Amino acid sequence: MRQTIVRNVAELPTYGYGPRSGPWWGAMGFMALEGMGFAIAVGTYLYLYAIDPNWPIGAAPPDLWPGTTEAVVYLLSIIPNEITNRAAYRQDLAKVRTGLVVMSLIGIALLVLRGFEFAHLNTRWDNSAYGSIVWLILGLHTTHLATDVGDTVVLAVLMFTRHAKPRRFSDVTDNVFYWNFVVLAWLPLYALLDWVPRL
Amino acid sequence: MSVTAESNELRDDVLNGLQLSGQLERVWRTPSGLVGALMSVDHKIVGRRYILTAFAFLLLGGILAMLMRVQLAGPEQTFLSADKYNQIFTMHGSTMMFLFAVPVMEAFAVYLVPLMVGTRNIAFPRLNAFSYWMFLFGGCFLWISFLFNVGPDVGWFSYVPLSSLQFTPTKRADVWAQMITFTEVAALAVAVEIVVTVFKLRAPGMTLDRIPLFVWAMLVTSFLVMFAMPSIMVASTSLILDRLVNTRFYDASSGGHPLLWQHLFWFFGHPEVYIIFIPGTGMASTILATFARRPVIGYPVVILSLIGTGFLSFGLWVHHMFVTGLPQLGAGLFTASSMLIAVPSGLQIFCWLATLWDGRPVYRTPLLFVIGFIVIFVIGGLSGVMVASVPIDTQVHDTYFVVAHFHYVLIGGAVFPLIGAVYYWFPKIAGRMLSERLGRWNFWLAFIGFNVAFFPMHFLGLIGMPRRVYTYTADMDWAHLNLLSSIGAFVFALSFALLLVNVVYSLRKGALAGDNPWNGSTLEWATSSPPPPQNFDRIPVVKHRDPLWADSESLPVIAGLSAERREVLLTSLAEAEPQTREASSEPSIWPLLTAIATTVFFIGSIFTPWAVLWGTPPMAVTLIGWFWPSGSKEDEE
Amino acid sequence: MLLATWPLAACAGRQSALDPQGLQSDQIRHTLFIFVAVAAVVWTAVVIALGIGMLRRKRAADQPLDLHQTFEERTGRVILALGIATTVIVLGLSFVSYAGQRTVFAKDENALTLKIVGHQWWWEVRYEADSPHQNFVTANEIRIPTGQPVKVELESADVIHSFWVPSLTGKMDLIPGQKNELQFTAKNAGMYRGQCAEFCGLQHAHMAFDVIALPPDEFGRWREHENQSAESPADQLGKQGEALFRARGCALCHNVSGTLAGGQLGPDLTHVGGRRTIAAGTLPNTPATLGAWISDPQHIKPGNLMPKMPLQSDELIAIIHYLEQLK
Repeated sequence: MRQTIVRNVAELPTYGYGPRSGPWWGAMGFMALEGMGFAIAVGTYLYLYAIDPNWPIGAAPPDLWPGTTEAVVYLLSIIPNEITNRAAYRQDLAKVRTGLVVMSLIGIALLVLRGFEFAHLNTRWDNSAYGSIVWLILGLHTTHLATDVGDTVVLAVLMFTRHAKPRRFSDVTDNVFYWNFVVLAWLPLYALLDWVPRL
Repeated sequence: MSVTAESNELRDDVLNGLQLSGQLERVWRTPSGLVGALMSVDHKIVGRRYILTAFAFLLLGGILAMLMRVQLAGPEQTFLSADKYNQIFTMHGSTMMFLFAVPVMEAFAVYLVPLMVGTRNIAFPRLNAFSYWMFLFGGCFLWISFLFNVGPDVGWFSYVPLSSLQFTPTKRADVWAQMITFTEVAALAVAVEIVVTVFKLRAPGMTLDRIPLFVWAMLVTSFLVMFAMPSIMVASTSLILDRLVNTRFYDASSGGHPLLWQHLFWFFGHPEVYIIFIPGTGMASTILATFARRPVIGYPVVILSLIGTGFLSFGLWVHHMFVTGLPQLGAGLFTASSMLIAVPSGLQIFCWLATLWDGRPVYRTPLLFVIGFIVIFVIGGLSGVMVASVPIDTQVHDTYFVVAHFHYVLIGGAVFPLIGAVYYWFPKIAGRMLSERLGRWNFWLAFIGFNVAFFPMHFLGLIGMPRRVYTYTADMDWAHLNLLSSIGAFVFALSFALLLVNVVYSLRKGALAGDNPWNGSTLEWATSSPPPPQNFDRIPVVKHRDPLWADSESLPVIAGLSAERREVLLTSLAEAEPQTREASSEPSIWPLLTAIATTVFFIGSIFTPWAVLWGTPPMAVTLIGWFWPSGSKEDEE
Repeated sequence: MLLATWPLAACAGRQSALDPQGLQSDQIRHTLFIFVAVAAVVWTAVVIALGIGMLRRKRAADQPLDLHQTFEERTGRVILALGIATTVIVLGLSFVSYAGQRTVFAKDENALTLKIVGHQWWWEVRYEADSPHQNFVTANEIRIPTGQPVKVELESADVIHSFWVPSLTGKMDLIPGQKNELQFTAKNAGMYRGQCAEFCGLQHAHMAFDVIALPPDEFGRWREHENQSAESPADQLGKQGEALFRARGCALCHNVSGTLAGGQLGPDLTHVGGRRTIAAGTLPNTPATLGAWISDPQHIKPGNLMPKMPLQSDELIAIIHYLEQLK
């Protein structure tokens, strides 16, 4: 088939930020399906809650302090996260490095806190269906937390190597974006796990 | 931005003709040799493997079906033991649903969608390769387990408490549950790739209302996958946890409930039907337009139907649970919502009929299969309306009536268009035509065999034959219809043997296809058959819904993409305006290594919870290897 | 196609939704026939439209995009009208369905109540009256009076089963941890076969039962009789069988009321001699089949929970003789 060139796109940039980039949409897609996973887990919790009047089954509600502390740390972490984001858009390597290191440390702190939270759930996974779903939901969120922390650490290391090229800043913004999802997912889960048993 | 740094880069606007083709081919081709093959990230190579593997599983699942039909051909046969039969019907259902029907549709999408939207590779090519390996390993895991007599035997639905540790103390239920995890990971990955490919990699000018109907269908399907499959992941994970570490999700004595499983399973399981059926409608629309020699009437109606079907499909799962003792009024409402899905499906059928009325149909094999699809699928749809009625369902639920119903829907609604699609796109994929003569035989044997096999099952159900029985007594009057059904099943199987013969024969002896043998209107026909590694020498510009019919003389294209490294053009979501030239992945061995590490992790974790501990580091290492920049030029800007 | 082959199946037997013998199954068949009639009309219309579309004289031009605006618009309106028609049909059928559903699931407070417990792979049937001494238990055979509503309460001892007697009504699952119930009324006396409809493991195929509908007075007599304890065997061989029944371990699992045999794991055998079948509808109840079953239950129904007991042939004969007398 004959071809007629109607336009030249040579002037277009070779990477973009946000909705202009492919990986951003990929992250969006995975967030959507993971969000659905959380929704299903929450639905499971509410189903079990609805069929058993003695909630929480054979256990005291979880201690409040670990989950609450986490919620506060998560909310505060949005600030350095956003600072990192802006630095990445400005392609300010020094600030991005600092931001990623800070975010890695916050993530690791949250993982430690999460350990305490498991210890203060006041139920085991095999005590009852209540214990099972609480451990499942917390485990699910911990998996997301751990994955993102791992991703942040690797990216932080990457930014200290010779690979810290401009297009990596787009990866940084995607990482920031995903962290917001981890934070956003925690808030309803926190309310569900720590407050619903107290209703 | 950064234009100066690249100003001496070789671009496709300074090359022409064979020089351009050759240069792009060098850049985009898969490395040779075995290692090269394992590294491939070309959507066509991965897609071809995906299609072949899915068809291999169809063959295996089909053999199982034949074994069951031998056993049931007469009363009190001893051809299969109860234990073997239960494994076989479980394997048949699981193989057909998880290893054939969903993967084969996604496989066609992996091959076709990038071509149809006019780009050079799928979004996230390495994830695509990883997805294939996960699918392959998951399928092999299931089948090797089966050959070692650890095949699941609790049905493709694996209801608790039958699948709990107490009633299935062997690893059989774990094998089933973990096969789910494998295939869902694979399916979810492809779904995200398809969505991003359609959203961002469309050729310039391919606005939302110019997207080919098959691509629309796969887009809707991908969203269904993304929102339905997490439910079965949660279900299968909690089943494994119940069995491995004694959680109590499904234990009624500890606050759990067996019906929780059914809700989770069918919240996935019903959309699953549409995950299989909607791609079939996309294939049917495409084939119909080409062979009726006109665009499908009511393009917006068809798209709204697809989207409507997608939404409605999440509101019907309860109709699989009408006999579990749910509140009557609620069940009645699910009757109405289930039947309403007939409306969008009906609208699509009316559009197809109108297209045929106004067209000049050319009766080639692909069109025959689409016509067969309409005739059969309508029966399945109508028996679906019956099944949706609570009172009728209390009689036909879990009987051969339902077996008949869903085979009419799934084989009629998905496999017939799929075989049509094989005849339609084989020339593109293989470069040669399938034999038309064998094709006609294939169609008629399939059409007659299918109906003889499955129509009698409606009656068998109504005269009392339940599903999943390995035998029945002679005094039940079911023998004649069962024998008839078995004969039909073998005729149907023969039609697939003919397809296989046709493919093998035509691969070597078939007539050469040329670029566009059917005079199709969509972009995959604008490139050679089979397409070169780069798909298109220059990215087409789309000005019409049927670009090749609108511009049959010359194709408008854009220039300016790199000719010395892998680059794809990203366009805006709605208007498909060019936005960036993004790098596309180089071949890599890491997706395979990651898949191997994940497989070790998954299989290990049905034996010990500690697999989570020792299984994670290898996965993390391989993932880092995957994403770590290779140091090549396109990674380093 | 549907209508043409209909008579072929209509005559079929004692486990058929097409041959209703109860109020509920009658109503369901009625609903089904309305649906089938509508379906037949719709399918025929589609196939005729398809046929005309294929045979119709075609437009002349071979330019795929040379389309007629007026035709497109007219067709659009027809498609819209058909869409509305589909919606109307579907809503109409929903209404028909719901009306049928209300009849089928109507409840009668004065129903005769039975409790049925599903086991892998047999049915425990408990007749529970107001006074405990009128309670009795049987297995795999349910007798009910004609013309009177019967309520079955459904429970499971292990996995999910489904209670289904198509000649009388639709099915209902037996789910561990949940109490379901089902009501039905037999119009005519007769014997109707039922079968487990939810896959419940290895021998799901061999989990059948009989429902025997009797005229009310005859049912009353049967109930009186069934409520009696087992009579002591009349002859020496029977007495020997009774002793062996305990000595050889049968009594560990099986109950025979009025004797020392009080096992609760397997079916109650107090009146086993009067039942039509053994092993949940697997075999007719004759001395020969009973012998075959007791001497090797795993051969006849592999995987079932009754172990093979080592018995001499004379011991077997005595036990069969004893069981035959438990009428």
